[in-house]
Amino acid sequence: MNVILQTLLPELLLALGGMVLLIYGVLAKRDQSVVCTWAAILAFILAAALCIVAPNGIIFGGLFKTSDFSRYADALVLLGASAALILSLDYNAREGIARFEFPILVMFAVLGMLVMVSAADMMTLYLGFELQSLAMYICAALARDSLRSTEAGLKYFVLGALASGLLIYGISLVYGFAGTTNFASLATILTGPQGAGYGTVIGVVFVLVGLAFKISAAPFHMWTPDVYEGAPTPVTSLFGTAPKVAAMALLLSVMLGPFGHLLSQWQLLIEILSVVSMLLGALAAIGQTSIKRLMAYSSIGHMGYALIGLAAGTQAGVQATLIYLAIYLVMSFGTFACIIAMRRRGQAVETIADLAGLSGRDGGFALALAILMFSMAGIPPLSGFFGKLYVFAAAIQAGLVPLAVIGVLTSVIGAFYYLRVIKVMYFDAGDPEFDKTATGVRFVMAVGALASGLFVFLPGPLLAAASQAARALMG
Amino acid sequence: MNALGFPILSLITFLPLAGVVFIATLRGDEAAVARNARFAALWTSLIVLALGLYLWSAFDPSQAGFQFVETDTWFTGVNVQYRMGVDGISVFLIILTVFITPIAIISSWSITKRVREFMIAFLLLEMMTVGMFAALDFVVFYIFFEAVLIPMYLIIGVWGGERRIFAAVKFFLFTLAGSMLMLVAMVWMWSHAGTTDIQVLLRTPIPPQAQMWLFIAFLASFGVKAAVWPLHTWLPDAYGEAPLPGTIMLAAVLSKMGAYGFLRFAVPMLPNASAAAEPLMFALGVVAVIYVSLVALAQTDMKRMIAYSSVAHMGVIIIGIFTFTVEGIEGALFQMLSHGIVIAGLFICAGVLISRDETLVLARLGGLAARMPAFAALLMLFSLANMGMPGTSGFVGEILVIVGAMKVNFWVSLLGAAGMVLGAAYMLVLLRAVLFDRTTRPDLNGLADLRRGEYAMLVPLAVMVMWLGVYPASFTHIFDAPVAALVQAHVAALDHPVALAMVAK
Repeated sequence: MNVILQTLLPELLLALGGMVLLIYGVLAKRDQSVVCTWAAILAFILAAALCIVAPNGIIFGGLFKTSDFSRYADALVLLGASAALILSLDYNAREGIARFEFPILVMFAVLGMLVMVSAADMMTLYLGFELQSLAMYICAALARDSLRSTEAGLKYFVLGALASGLLIYGISLVYGFAGTTNFASLATILTGPQGAGYGTVIGVVFVLVGLAFKISAAPFHMWTPDVYEGAPTPVTSLFGTAPKVAAMALLLSVMLGPFGHLLSQWQLLIEILSVVSMLLGALAAIGQTSIKRLMAYSSIGHMGYALIGLAAGTQAGVQATLIYLAIYLVMSFGTFACIIAMRRRGQAVETIADLAGLSGRDGGFALALAILMFSMAGIPPLSGFFGKLYVFAAAIQAGLVPLAVIGVLTSVIGAFYYLRVIKVMYFDAGDPEFDKTATGVRFVMAVGALASGLFVFLPGPLLAAASQAARALMG
Repeated sequence: MNALGFPILSLITFLPLAGVVFIATLRGDEAAVARNARFAALWTSLIVLALGLYLWSAFDPSQAGFQFVETDTWFTGVNVQYRMGVDGISVFLIILTVFITPIAIISSWSITKRVREFMIAFLLLEMMTVGMFAALDFVVFYIFFEAVLIPMYLIIGVWGGERRIFAAVKFFLFTLAGSMLMLVAMVWMWSHAGTTDIQVLLRTPIPPQAQMWLFIAFLASFGVKAAVWPLHTWLPDAYGEAPLPGTIMLAAVLSKMGAYGFLRFAVPMLPNASAAAEPLMFALGVVAVIYVSLVALAQTDMKRMIAYSSVAHMGVIIIGIFTFTVEGIEGALFQMLSHGIVIAGLFICAGVLISRDETLVLARLGGLAARMPAFAALLMLFSLANMGMPGTSGFVGEILVIVGAMKVNFWVSLLGAAGMVLGAAYMLVLLRAVLFDRTTRPDLNGLADLRRGEYAMLVPLAVMVMWLGVYPASFTHIFDAPVAALVQAHVAALDHPVALAMVAK
């Protein structure tokens, strides 16, 4: 009992905390969004600390598993969600959409993500997945008086429901053919004498599609640009960070856990997802004028790179993907902080052209965004380069040289549009008189840029953590 | 640590960073910040130069191996370490870099827009370049090699000429495309040898089949950087549009990065592929020398003509490297140094005209010899050196390359020598147009001769040109040992049974 409680403490904290905050928010006389947001951030920090000290083990008869792997992913999810909440404080107030429900919804979404990451059974996986998705659908439509936001929420809901349907259908196929939903048992059965039948393999493909939707890997990316653009920016920054990490971690643990022995069956699929995502991310972003849409395509491309590590199917590959996710998460929330800081006369502006001449007006802002863009493009010595280096190294070690070469070529194409942002800020003339940026947003921006810029000097801790996590997953 | 007891290479590499931090924290009104930033950058680069000279004096030229080696843990678990070290080839290029940088910084006095940022970018550029030459680990090398793009992109794009944005983006994407392919090659070699230590990689045999692919990747990367024809098309744009200090660094130092890459990686690590690629490289080199010289002849703008002449000289360097003879490679190295100094001098001469609000269109210039004698004399000296006049630095390098090529292939040597004739042709056209032609513009007579700052830039370069030309041995003896070792290792590698098996197949 004690062990179960200890293992589950972070999740319990978030669940109970969320409900308490909900009651508080409803009963309070005035709007309590600021209090709730800070309480949620505090809960995330506490949950992260509890995650780190939680014991390793499998509880509830094999439904829920904690390990160094889940700990690593949990920490990233909580970090990303905290950043998104800090960003939301100022933005939501200025846009008049500050409601106490938002931080609570984010808490439930994060709870779902933590459950996803720790899932050791298809049922847990699905529960976490759905909790996360339902909370996120509402978040996307947070600005309920805005046509674009409600449209984004609706689109995300319809497509997300389809993906959930595919996922549960895949799970049912796997269950029907293999007779169990437990990861460990599945692994034993699939390596056993009768091996994997066609039904199981088809089930695996459906599961894969459902998860690919969540990480917005092409060709299941259709929702991404519209939802990114339509949703309020802090919500977009949440979409771009925490759920991506959670879904990718889940993808790793499902594909390499129970289905690890079917590597030869699904490897090609992952390679295709990866190549298509990288290509689409690189090519489709070129024509974008909205920086939020640009980030949507950029995230599709980044997920393609992260998938390279999964395609390698090795421990080095998992490590590479985990490193990539951490680096991507930090770059991503840094960039969204910059996007949130783009406000002129009380209005949020979001086209790239609005940044023209920024370097002359606000050097620190321009420098931070430039560092983040160079890092996203993968230019050394910034952190984005090391993420790419690790995934390419994993691919080449696993003999996937063509995949690495395609990755390299798409990152050159991708560099073009990241450079364009820098070009607009530094080379073009203009006078972007942005409103004064809130301290919290500045803080997130600075953290993102500094972490990306200085990673080269202190790479050890992240690499060690990722390597431990990968070892925990691959055993 | 090393013979000196302190990490001199890291110090030289990262000292500019201290200057960057200092400049970034400057406060005050704009004029004061600009002035202080200029002097801070100049002093930083002069201290780095002093350290470089100290490195040169402490360097032991009799050794072929790496000296002042520093090692520190960096990426644990994947066998990538922070390693620095120099041999005769790289120490020599570091000296070139730290010598050219202060001159380029003096030439940036003419920059008045956002001086602080410019100086920061410039010191970062110096740091990246020196670090790249000093790196003894492939990953460290790669990081510096590619990081050079960031400051250079900004320098061209923010402070460049009219078509600066086009030039900056083209420069960035061309070089990035090349170096990303090298990234794949690097990672392959990493997984093959289990380490990225350059010293180990130099001794690790690589199967000939793989060598071919790796060589292609290296060619894409170093070829773009060295502006080997036909990968040179970014160069005239970048040289033409970059501000003068940027052009100087590009032409004098950054173009050497590619040639250095060939010498450090492609030739010694991939001996079979390099040998097999020899005809191709000769062809590219000869085309560069002859075709690009003709293109240079057709230019109407002084800066672009000098830019194309630079591509032509890179052809000579490539020919020299791929002769695999001691003469050829020494000639190439010497040419790298000489070309760096001469081309910097020529671009500064062009800058002198720009700073007097004068055009660089050749047809609109003329008769400056009478009005600006000191300018004319120095421009003449650099032009003569550029066409390889005996007694100047240009001669030594070219004659060595031609001798080296003669040992290997008569026709290459003949065609390479033809390049020298064409070089004389376009340089003389330039001299006539700028200095001697009768002009119809009376306002040209109002131009003032060289000022103090311009002397400070041009005289050291001129002294170096003469020194290199008259007594080359004071420089060649630094790289005698490593070049001899390189050639020996190349011959030995080709005698290896693996190579024989490949030939037999």
